[in-house]
Amino acid sequence: MASGVKPRVKVPKSASAGEAITIKTLISHKMESGQRKDGDGNVIPRSIINRFTTDFNGENVIDVTLEPAISTNPYFEFEATVPESGEFTFTWYDDDGDVYDTSKKIEVS
Amino acid sequence: MELTRRKALALGTSALVLTGLTGMPAFASLTEDAITELTGGAELGEGAVSITAPEIAENGNTVPIEVSAPGAVAVTLFADGNPVPAVATFNFGPLAASQTASTRIRLATTQNVVAVAKMQDGSFQKASANVKVTIGGCGG
Repeated sequence: MASGVKPRVKVPKSASAGEAITIKTLISHKMESGQRKDGDGNVIPRSIINRFTTDFNGENVIDVTLEPAISTNPYFEFEATVPESGEFTFTWYDDDGDVYDTSKKIEVS
Repeated sequence: MELTRRKALALGTSALVLTGLTGMPAFASLTEDAITELTGGAELGEGAVSITAPEIAENGNTVPIEVSAPGAVAVTLFADGNPVPAVATFNFGPLAASQTASTRIRLATTQNVVAVAKMQDGSFQKASANVKVTIGGCGG
């Protein structure tokens, strides 16, 4: 599935050094579980995002392994420490090999 | 054979015991197996991990779950009533401010959500929460 996948991320624009900030991420994806059947009784093949990672200036914040039990449009909320100004990189890995990414800058005063 | 009242009672009881044993939900043991595989059979402590989940979820397709495990390096979520118990694994990196994460999960039916956290010292902690689901979320 490569159509209509749109990552959305909410990161504060600025923070003070060492502060814990809350990050919210959402990506539009149908997360087909591989358990459902279509009208003819055939199993709809699994198609999910299986991994999500967040890094800040190359250092890891969180690395999530997703299973089919994660809802449609996977949502994650977590906290990160920001030691200096820099950029968050968010990466999603699809079952079909696609990789979606987005990044957000943050100013640390 | 003549069936006396006493024999009939005994038969009935043993039948009940049998169904009681075989009637155990198979999914729950799947979760046990998955947890054992994760921990290597290590003892599971309790107390350090907490799960925040709704008591009643109207829609099993999106159930908000929050897990908090101070001092953990990784937290794995299981749903013991789902066809596949594993839900997600959170690995916390050096820049994670707290070992807390929220997400939304699918629950097929009323069941327990179990979180197993791997602590820094290599031990394991566990917590579970029961969620009542009105409409299941695994499709038909």
